Amino acid sequence: MNRRFLYVLPLVVFGVIAAYFAVGLTKDPSAIPSVLIDTPVPEFALDPIKGRDRGLSSEDLKGEVSLVNIFGSWCFACRVEHPLLMQLKKENAVPVHGIDWRETDPDAGPKWLARFGDPYTLIGDDPESRAAIAFGVTGAPETFVVDKNGVIRYKQVGPITGRIWEETLRPLIEELRRR
Amino acid sequence: MKALFLGLVLCLAAVSAGAVNPDEMLDDPALEARAREISKGLRCLVCQNQSIDDSDADLARDLRVLVRERLAAGDSDGQVIDYVVSRYGDFVLMRPPFKATTYALWLGPALIAGLGVLAVVAFYRRRTAAGARRGTAPPPLTEDEKRRLETLLDDRSR
Repeated sequence: MNRRFLYVLPLVVFGVIAAYFAVGLTKDPSAIPSVLIDTPVPEFALDPIKGRDRGLSSEDLKGEVSLVNIFGSWCFACRVEHPLLMQLKKENAVPVHGIDWRETDPDAGPKWLARFGDPYTLIGDDPESRAAIAFGVTGAPETFVVDKNGVIRYKQVGPITGRIWEETLRPLIEELRRR
Repeated sequence: MKALFLGLVLCLAAVSAGAVNPDEMLDDPALEARAREISKGLRCLVCQNQSIDDSDADLARDLRVLVRERLAAGDSDGQVIDYVVSRYGDFVLMRPPFKATTYALWLGPALIAGLGVLAVVAFYRRRTAAGARRGTAPPPLTEDEKRRLETLLDDRSR
């Protein structure tokens, strides 16, 4: 056996482990890759929330590039994201549809929207996670980019920040519109 | 003593009940048993290290209800699991499936153990080969060494 090799062996082992961690530790273990990317939106039809006449169904997601945003009045991170959604509405950037997820009180969602503003084109009420499970949602907020054929193209887990909007979502939406 | 025993029994009962609430349960015990089995194999997406059968998370509850509804509607166990996997991917399975992307996961440990066995075998082979080359047994102890050995052994027996 080559003795000199034995001396550098610990260094080699360290190098391999360090490289492994260098990659592994930068990954977010709670980010679960979605299997729904590039598949049609699931079949669903949700009732409207209180104070609105129309709910949200899979049919509404065809014809135009849109965002589907999972939110809830109980969800704090949704509040962080909310001003950005209001801004998108003001700029008429893209239709944003909402799925009001797991409200225990049917008044909670409408109250929340009355307080912070309502950026949504259509909203479906999803108290029992019907659509949420069909979309493979693991937490709120989550946002799906749906193209004009009703195919899911992107999933954003967690709040949309200004940077994510500028660098990822807006370019993607523009590209999907050109297709 | 009796109270302690009763307490223990109750603890065990609590463990086996998982997080399933009475109002979620199906009336048909056979269906309910199947639902429990399926739930134990599905990961709670919120807590990740618990099955939906164990988890108190709201999403886990809704998944348990969904599993039961599908069973009640006549789905087979496989169909129920396939539906949830079609929404959340293989990640939702507590036991990863055996397929091309998971070969390293399932076969890796056996492979590494095999390499280890090979390394050990090679090491001993080489040593016996080296021993054979050197002659037979190691050279006998000198008088000095014998004396030292005896003192050492005496020390220990005292």
